[in-house]
Amino acid sequence: MAFLELHDLGKTYGDHVAVENFTLSIDKGEFVCLLGPSGCGKSTTLQMVAGFVSPTAGRIVLDGQDITNVQPNRRGLGVVFQSYALFPHMTVADNVAFGLQMRKVPKAECQAKVEEALALVQLSALARRYPKELSGGQRQRVALARAIVVKPPVLLLDEPMGALDALLRDEMQIELRELQKRIGITTIMVTHDQAEAMTLANRVVLMSNGRVQQIGAPFEMYEQPQGRFVSTFLGRANVFSGIGTSDGVTVSGRNLPSVAPGLEGAVDYIVRPEKLTFTNQDPLVGGTVKARVFLGHRWLYQVDTAIGMVELTEANLDLPSACEGDHVGLTWSADHVRVTAQGKAK
Amino acid sequence: MSHTPLILRLFHWLFMVFMLAPLVVVVLVSFTDKGYIAFPFDGASLRWYSAIWNATGFIDSFWLSLGLGIVSATAAVMFAVPAAMAIAWHRFAGREAVLGLLMSPLMIPAIVFGIALLRLFTHLGLSGSLWGLGAAHTVMVLPFVMRLVIAAATGYDHTLSQAATSLGASGWTVFRRIELPHLVPGIAGGWLIAFITSFDEVTMSLFVSSPGTTTLPVRMYNYIANTIDPLLASISSLLILVTLVLMIILDRAFGLDRILGGKA
Amino acid sequence: MKGQAALPYWLAGPGVLLALAFVAIPLVLTFGLSFSPFSDQTGIGEGFTLSNYGQIVSDDYFHEIFLRTIGLAAAVTVVSLLIGVPEAYVLSRLKPTMRAISLVIVLGPLLISVIVRTLGWTILLGNDGVINNALMAIGIISQPLRLMYSFTGMVIGLVHVLVPFMVLSVWTSLQKLDPATEQAAASLGAGSSTILWRIVLPQVLPGMLSGGLIVFAMSASAFATPAIIGGRRLKIVPTAIYDEFLSYLNWPLGAALAFILLVFVLAVSLGANRYIERRFRQVFQ
Repeated sequence: MAFLELHDLGKTYGDHVAVENFTLSIDKGEFVCLLGPSGCGKSTTLQMVAGFVSPTAGRIVLDGQDITNVQPNRRGLGVVFQSYALFPHMTVADNVAFGLQMRKVPKAECQAKVEEALALVQLSALARRYPKELSGGQRQRVALARAIVVKPPVLLLDEPMGALDALLRDEMQIELRELQKRIGITTIMVTHDQAEAMTLANRVVLMSNGRVQQIGAPFEMYEQPQGRFVSTFLGRANVFSGIGTSDGVTVSGRNLPSVAPGLEGAVDYIVRPEKLTFTNQDPLVGGTVKARVFLGHRWLYQVDTAIGMVELTEANLDLPSACEGDHVGLTWSADHVRVTAQGKAK
Repeated sequence: MSHTPLILRLFHWLFMVFMLAPLVVVVLVSFTDKGYIAFPFDGASLRWYSAIWNATGFIDSFWLSLGLGIVSATAAVMFAVPAAMAIAWHRFAGREAVLGLLMSPLMIPAIVFGIALLRLFTHLGLSGSLWGLGAAHTVMVLPFVMRLVIAAATGYDHTLSQAATSLGASGWTVFRRIELPHLVPGIAGGWLIAFITSFDEVTMSLFVSSPGTTTLPVRMYNYIANTIDPLLASISSLLILVTLVLMIILDRAFGLDRILGGKA
Repeated sequence: MKGQAALPYWLAGPGVLLALAFVAIPLVLTFGLSFSPFSDQTGIGEGFTLSNYGQIVSDDYFHEIFLRTIGLAAAVTVVSLLIGVPEAYVLSRLKPTMRAISLVIVLGPLLISVIVRTLGWTILLGNDGVINNALMAIGIISQPLRLMYSFTGMVIGLVHVLVPFMVLSVWTSLQKLDPATEQAAASLGAGSSTILWRIVLPQVLPGMLSGGLIVFAMSASAFATPAIIGGRRLKIVPTAIYDEFLSYLNWPLGAALAFILLVFVLAVSLGANRYIERRFRQVFQ
């Protein structure tokens, strides 16, 4: 039996459906990311787990106990907010001690635990400071220490990197991942950043329009996206509308390779740009390079072909293979193609 | 600034003189040794300051006004803080009407307010009582506290309350440990401005005070109606001094222009 | 936000009850009183009559009082505009330290009792007062000017009491003004007087209007200053209400006067506020 179970969770505001049919089982120690564009219902789901929003359907079961109707201050979960929500009139140590005081932990023990938590996030030296005297990264660590010092069964993170700049974000992601592994705490994080989700999570839950689109490990999800939305939200993808037949997929009158047995009827034909290569011999499609963009570690080409605009990326090893305006041939392997039925993407 | 035209700078100094003149002249006259008001005068003395100690009526009124100011400002805070939280943090049916009702004492001329309360207190047999005076002043200063507490509450980040709740705090603990400390500057400013307003109020108090419950401004008004002598100037000078101290506190802590904005 | 729907009503309830008991009910009672009959012999009688309002409408004595009140309010408003607007502009151009001191001098008197301020003006304005003595010493006048118990004296006293509101109101809208608009106008070739007239003034117009409104409404309802400086002879509506209540004991007539004043003041401030909001909403978002 899973540690935290969300059964068929739903939330509607009048006619507006924020979340529906959300079902997920989380094992102890797992790190799950709720990923999706803004307004997809991921934050509402987290708020339902935290208890700030009461679900209109479904149940939340934690360690065998139904907590669906338990008040948020009795759930004992750790929450880190996007704004960090540090209490501005309390020192760092008092912020961290707050949850222990609510649990009536004796003073000496409380102090020891605060010191331990601050050491864990490497902030022992700043215990007497006030939040406004800290940098963004330091504030985030205080918020983290405040949430984990009470040893909550589950840690909830609401866009915790949203307020940090890009460089600091990469650093904090690695730090957060190590901390999570070290203390082995079950974690749910909400983010709209797919790279962040793939860096941190054991499993990613991709949502859109209040519904779960796909649940899986980051690599599996990237390689086997179930439909157009997942493939384009998670990284770049070439997606073509086509007709599935017994021996391949027809896109704009051309037969393109796929692994048999293929789906029949209207399908999306999905292939990632890094799986494509330039070729002179027997190309699948040919076209003209419309644009070439330098991404640092890769080159991105946009090629105008008979089946539409095709994107291709190539590692930045030697000189780039083609220039803008060049006529090129493209090819790829059937093993790297995903074919999904159209309309499945909700 | 150097490129402000001379005529504007001259105007500015005249304006300052205009604002200060009546106050300065009161303070100067209070040091006269004459038995009547004349300015300029030849001999300076403190006789009108020592005369205050024998004017027991004024001293009684001073203590009454001081107590009335403290009680009504404190009572107004008790009523205004929860109401301001409701207005600032909740959307509910009738919110605009509630706000309008609580701010209405600012819109009603003090003279109209005074006769209306006289009418009510006569009806209830409360006329001239301390209870009536206290209630009247509390309602009168309520809008000043409301405005500053609403302003303080409006900037509050509600995830702070959520954070405290997630750490196990009950609703009351969240209020006491997190929300109230955030409102304290607004409450303190509101209390002070309410105290000063109550302490200075004359028009409405003329109707709800009695010979036994005469506030200081009412006693001064009645005194002026009969005679003007330097005793009033020495009492006024002391009031100016006390107000000056409060004013500096208020300006340092909040900025006078923010506190007094739209007093009417 | 909090979940329980009833919570805001519990929070606001005590304040609402207080305001109902000591604002709404007294006003309703007084409104009723203004329709009660009155005679000098028997006092306030039973029944319903419009005669109190009829007396105010028909009696020249009251016409004069109302006209004087409106004239006083208009004069105070115009003078406050004429000196308050330039003062706010100068304030905005002062160096920070000077500005802070000047702001305290302009706004501080608001915290000092009206009685104290008016006492100062009686010392300054009397026949043997500071202003008359000074003017006669210089030789500008040979007879003392009649300033106490005069319309001019009331205007001076009330302007001193109320002009801080005008300065404050214009000052607030000057602070919202983007200094880059003045620079933009200058870069397009406008001189300093053109900038003042075409760029600054239109942007502070809402502040001038709302300041003017506050000053107008407050001078029409002011009591202590006009009562002390104007004396018994130069009656205005608030002093007339006071006399009806506390001297002649004709409460119904006083209540009728009070209601006309209340409606007038509320109509001016609420009505004109609406107009200002509508007129300037698109421009100043």
